[in-house]
Amino acid sequence: MSEPIKIRATLQGEITDIRILLQHPMETGQRKDPATGKLVPAHFIQTFLVSANGKPLVEGQTNTAVSRNPMLAFKARGLKVGDKLLVSWVDSKGEQRSDEGVVGAA
Amino acid sequence: MTDRTVTEDSARRHFLRAGGASLATMALVAAGLLRPARVLAAEWQKSAFTANTFAGALKAYGATQSTESRDIVFTAPDIAENGAQVVVEIASNLPGSQSIAVFAEKNPLPLAATLHFANGALPQVRLPLKLAETMRVRAVVKTADGKLWHAQRDIRVTLGGCAG
Repeated sequence: MSEPIKIRATLQGEITDIRILLQHPMETGQRKDPATGKLVPAHFIQTFLVSANGKPLVEGQTNTAVSRNPMLAFKARGLKVGDKLLVSWVDSKGEQRSDEGVVGAA
Repeated sequence: MTDRTVTEDSARRHFLRAGGASLATMALVAAGLLRPARVLAAEWQKSAFTANTFAGALKAYGATQSTESRDIVFTAPDIAENGAQVVVEIASNLPGSQSIAVFAEKNPLPLAATLHFANGALPQVRLPLKLAETMRVRAVVKTADGKLWHAQRDIRVTLGGCAG
């Protein structure tokens, strides 16, 4: 079971600051397991989607070069306090995770 | 005899093609059933993400030709002590900016991420990268008129991050 996506969105003036923490190992396939000395297979988020009130804001595609448990930050215009955000990802093994957030006041 | 052989052979080829097609369709259906989120998001651009040279990744992404622009603000550390976590921020001030792609030139797989913005999302992102060694990182911005622009930064890495 994957770890929840942490979402923080705060409205500051006209702009909403959106931060998402995708909890994922983001294994490159090049790291050796210190215990066994064997390569840990690649396992990483390939696509993610940030949407607000059912409309896509940011559609991202990622590779192994994105850090483990990455925190990504975006900004959006036209949102208001209470608007619903949905963030989801799908990884290289087909596993997926979706979580919801709400735009808050700064 | 010859004719019959040809007929049989073409029938066999047709069967193989049909079999291949239905297998592919089944695979797509299975993938669709297993990954409903893929219906919402575009398919991962495998050819660009698995290209193992900078030139190859640019070509697969379709960004071989781009113009350097000062309207792309690329914020990154000059020196990164830990290559496993190098936070970069890219913001485009170009009118009609639709997407940003981030290429780490000397990484084993140079294309790190692509981001597409819509519905009021500003064309900017902050994200942490793994950098294998000291290298140049390029951000490519696509605008609504189909033009491509870029900005780049040299980042010195004292401890490589691809194994992390």
